[in-house]
This record gives sequence, structure tokens and C-alpha cells, in this order.
Amino acid sequence: MALRFQHAIVVGASSGIGAAIARELAASGAAVALLGRRADELERVAAPLRASARAPIVTVVHDVTAVDTVPALFERLVGELGGLDLLVYAAGQQVMAEEGVWDFARDLTMLDVNAAGAIVWTSVAAARFEARRAGTILGLSSIAGERGRRTMPGYTTSKAALTTWLEALRNRVSRSGVNVVTIKPGYVDTALTRDLAFKPMMISAGRAAAIALATARRGGSPSAFVPARWWLVAMMLRHLPSRVFRRLNF
Amino acid sequence: MAGSGTLRASAPWRVLDGFGGSRRAVSRHVRPSETAELPGLFARAIEERLAVSFRGSGRSYGDASLNEGGLAIDVRGLNRVLAFDPGAGVAEVEPGVTIEDLWRLGLPRGWWPSVVPGTMFPTVGGCVAMNVHGKNCFRAGPFGDHVTELDLVTGDGALRTLSREREPEIFRATVAGLGLLGAVTRVKLRLHRVEGGRLRVHPLRVRNLSEMFDAFASRLAKADYLVGWIDGFAGGGSLGRGLVHEANYQGAAEDPQGAEWLAVERQGLPPSIMGVPRSIVWRFMRLLASDPGMRLVNAAKYHLPERLGGDGSFLETHVAFAFLLDYVPNWRLAYGDDGFIQYQVFLPDATARAGMAEVLECCRRRGIVTYLGVFKRHRPDEFLLSHGLDGWSLAMDFPVSRRDRAPLDRLTAELTGIVLAAGGRFYAAKDSVLDAEAFARAYGERLEQFRAIKRRLDPGGLFQSDLSRRLAIA
Repeated sequence: MALRFQHAIVVGASSGIGAAIARELAASGAAVALLGRRADELERVAAPLRASARAPIVTVVHDVTAVDTVPALFERLVGELGGLDLLVYAAGQQVMAEEGVWDFARDLTMLDVNAAGAIVWTSVAAARFEARRAGTILGLSSIAGERGRRTMPGYTTSKAALTTWLEALRNRVSRSGVNVVTIKPGYVDTALTRDLAFKPMMISAGRAAAIALATARRGGSPSAFVPARWWLVAMMLRHLPSRVFRRLNF
Repeated sequence: MAGSGTLRASAPWRVLDGFGGSRRAVSRHVRPSETAELPGLFARAIEERLAVSFRGSGRSYGDASLNEGGLAIDVRGLNRVLAFDPGAGVAEVEPGVTIEDLWRLGLPRGWWPSVVPGTMFPTVGGCVAMNVHGKNCFRAGPFGDHVTELDLVTGDGALRTLSREREPEIFRATVAGLGLLGAVTRVKLRLHRVEGGRLRVHPLRVRNLSEMFDAFASRLAKADYLVGWIDGFAGGGSLGRGLVHEANYQGAAEDPQGAEWLAVERQGLPPSIMGVPRSIVWRFMRLLASDPGMRLVNAAKYHLPERLGGDGSFLETHVAFAFLLDYVPNWRLAYGDDGFIQYQVFLPDATARAGMAEVLECCRRRGIVTYLGVFKRHRPDEFLLSHGLDGWSLAMDFPVSRRDRAPLDRLTAELTGIVLAAGGRFYAAKDSVLDAEAFARAYGERLEQFRAIKRRLDPGGLFQSDLSRRLAIA
């Protein structure tokens, strides 16, 4: 029996896969809170949803690195939506490293946005869902978390952290009936991949969102590559010896 | 990324459950290690508009220690014994000291806590807030009857020392006050003198409810402890059948070796039950936690003989007799993830015989039978929200099915009607099903008196719990 999502918070909904997930949830009749850093982008996503939505569409300008504001904001949104059965963490940024440049501040920010923010948002959601023995947490990680790569050290580290965090979360609360879903896309046509030259098997954000939600609705706390054929690539990547992997310009 | 220091922003969230496992809530959680931290915590909670509740060992079955969205103050770190007078048997303790701490402190010097519940894990703070009772409630009264003095810290940070002489009306509201007036930071209580570490236990099989009442009536005058167990599955002429256990303190003449049994290490619970290590017994119980399984267990308990001496009695340690619920660690898990509710009815003496029969018959008629039925005699006490009355109680455990809770809710609603019509009461430490109207009918004028004191001491309504909101106590 597929899960139905009627009250959802989407963190990182102003663009990319997060925006696409918010659109699909609103189209299915869910009350959705869209959170993002950029007010204008957020409105651009939310305005058409409001026009046709059957349930409340809420927007909140929120910077996930302001972790202190998260618990109270979470409580407020649960009240405004009239409950919660899905939390989506889709906030993420990706900055490539340049040869010979050591921008540790930028790497730390990536960790804050991609991983630390997720730790806080998914913790408060997990507490609520654990107490109620129901609920879904969907984290957007990446196939990039499988290996540390020379071209994107901060990004791959943050996604590895997020993947591991979500796995730990799953191991903590899946036995309490909470559905923790890790989505690990390959190349998706969003702002993050705009500047990449090599983008094999790329899919649209809408397609990635559809697969992510369909995966989440099946329940059972899955961890999935999107599209699924990336699994094979990930397997090969993971087993490539370091002595080989370090020679690739990838 | 550092926390701004407010409780709303950075206090950890904690999923807390009632002991029955059928109620849960998420609260912000703090665990102070000094009572001196409490006024500061209260001030922060007021500023951040967080309702405050207290949590000890989490042994209340329902939602008395839950506080959804509020601040749960865990008192287990406030667990110092402030004073103990081995001559007078008077202890002064902080609220996080447990019943286990108390008997371990007293027994080697010949003092046993005057009142203990069926488990040694509750904190003294919890025992005061719920005014718990034991198997000697008909004689010794509830826990509060042995408390001689309390310190109460209210939301404004003020400390009041309360007793039957100093602010007695607040004392009577604080004991059994469900933690709704403030933090009890010091409890002074009297223990009971014992010469030996063992009780003599006389078991008796009773064939029906009438025999149960008669067995109690004939023993009330002389027994120190009396507890009845009822097989809820038996009906017809056997309705209310079960066992009565009478236990009495033993003087040196009656139990010459008794003094040796005062040693803490002689009081331990057996490490295994029928060859199974205690720690995993609940997994076997889980296999039996169904109507047919529990019918079998109850029938076996009724029919199997006990290990008796020549005169039909046996000697048992205080710990083994008092803390039946601790024999099987995690026994509550046997009910599965949906948990169970405990529902305890208190009926006045005049209506109890008919009322208890009606309660048991109502359960059988609706096909929902208690897996464990415990029967006791009570006496009235002075505390406003206490369950104590001149009458009788029956505690029942019902498994919960989250998918289909309605039949159980209909049963407890009907039982509540029976109790209210009979002029009875309920017990907040057990409750998770009453509504505000039923509670107000059961407590009447006493509830109004409590509310008046609550308004005076806690005008902002700082202290709340899921239970206080459900029952509209304040």
C-alpha cells in the first residue's frame, strides 16, 4: 500500500529537485511548506502552486545554516500545515575546487548547507515521527558521496556525510515505523550541473523528483540511486582501487 | 553554528513514553544536576513560553509525565540523600532518589520504606506527585501519609517549606499534585521499623469475588500487607476468582534469622525464573501476550500450588514480596510496540461488591479481559487529587491495538460510567483514557480547591503535562 503525503515540508524548494518535489506534492493535493534562501525564487515556484492548490501552500525564507532557528520553525510549520507526514531535505550547494586553490571556508559552508542543516531538520522530524510511529524523511544525497573526488572535495565529503547520517537515522527509527529515504541521483539538469562538461545519463529535475517521491511512497526505508542504473556505476566506483582512482581527472 | 543558548533553539528533543507504551510525546529535555538550577530553568521557560513538566523514572503508565512541545525536566540527576537519621528512621532526600535507593539506605539499619509501589524504580518525587500506594494501603495509607515535610520551588523561583503545620493547604495540594505546582526539591519522610528482612506470606485461593471480599475483610485488622490477584478470564460462578496474599512483618521471635536478611545482598531478586535468565523472560511473555495465552497464564496461576511450609505460609524477602513488577525486566515490552493501558478503578466500600462485579462482567461482555487484575483495599487521605478513598480498587492491564483502538475506548468509557455512578475515583499515575468531565465528576470540590491553589502559586500556568491538559486540571 503506497504512502500518501498530505502535509509536507520541503527544505530547499526554491530550485532544482526540491522545487520539482514541491510542485508534484502540491499537484497531488498535499499541504506544502516551501523553504529556501531566496525569496524571489521561492515565490516563482510557489505562486503557480497557490493558484491551483487544494491545500495550503506556505513559503518561508530560511537559511539552513541558521540552525538555531530550525526547531521553532519546524514546530510553527507543523502547526500551520495541520500535521506532518513528509520532510524533504533538498538544500544543497556544489562548488568545484580549482587546481591549487584551498578554499576551506567555502568547503565548510558546503558541509553546513548539505550536511549540518540536514542533521538538524531531520532530527526534529525524526523525533516527531518516532513518537507517532509514522512519517517519512526524504534526504537528497548524491552518487557523489560514494567517493572523495579531486574535483569536488567539499561536495563529495558533505554528501558522504549526508548519506551516512541518513543511514544512521534509518537504523535508529525504521523499527519505529519511520520511513527514511535516501535518494542518490546521478547527473540532474539543475543549476548544480550547469557548468559541468561531462554529464552522462542526465535526467530532468522533474524526472528525478518523480522517481524520488515514487520511491518514498513505497515505504520500507529505501536507499536508491536515481535513475537506478547508477547503482552499477556506483558499485564500480566504490571498488576501484585508490591507486587507480587517484589518477582519474574525475 | 553554536547554539544561541535558548531552550527552544538548542535543548535536545526527546521522545518520552508513558510506561504503558501507548502514549508518547516529544519534549525539549534538560537534566539538571543541582536543585539550584531550577529557578533559572523556570525563568528561561517562562521567557520562551515553554510549558514545564517533571519526569522521573517514567513509571506513570499514561501521560502524566509527558509534555508535548514543552520542556521536560528530568529530575533523576537530583538524587542526593540529604540526611538520614538511623535512630528515628527519617530520611531527607532530593526528588530523584528512587525507592530502590531508599530501601538500600534503610534496610541494613532496620528501616523499610513505609509505602512502596509494585516496582522499586520510581523516584520519590514521582511517588509524592502521584501519592502512590502499596500493598499495605488499607493500613499504612498512601505515600504522602509518611511525608512530614517538603520543599516546593514554584515558577517564580521561591522556595516554600510545606508540612501539616506550615501552609498545610499547599502541602495537601502538592502531594498528589501531579507536579503541577512546581518542583519538589526536598522530601522528608518516615520509614518503617523492621526487625528482620523477611515477611511471612500466607497465600489463599478464593473461588469468586465474594470470597475475595470476605478474605480481605477477615484479615484487614491484623495483616500488614494484603493484595488480591484476580483471574479476569473466569466468569459465571467463578467471576472474580483469584489469590489473596497476606504478608506480615516478623519480629525477632517469629523469624530468628530475620536480622541476617536485612543485608542488601540477601534481598536480591532471583537471577532466573524457571531456568530462564530474567533479562530475556519478556520475550517468552510476548509469545503469551494474547487472549488465549493470558487465559492459560491466569488459569495456571490460579491452579498451581505455591511453595508452602507446614502451616501454609512461607518466608519471603521484602524486595521479593514488594516488587513483583521488577521480576521481569522490560515486561512491558511483552505487549508489543502498541503497548497497553492500565486502568484502575476505585469504588467506595458501600458500592464496591456490586460495582466490582459489574466491572468484571462488563469486561467479559465486551470480550476485553484484563491480562492482570490486582485488587486492594484503600483508606481515605487528606490530599486533594489523591485516589485514596474508603473503599477498594481493581487495577487492570489491557493490551492496545493502534489499528483498532475503538473497542477498548468504548469499554473504558463504560467502566468509567460505572465508577462515576458508584461514587468512585481514578488514579492519575495509571490513567490515559479519562476526559475532563469524568475527572471533574470524580473529584468535584477537591478539584476546585486544587485549581484555586494552582492559580495562586502558578498564575501563568507554567507547569503542565499532557495529562493536565487532557483532564483540564489547570
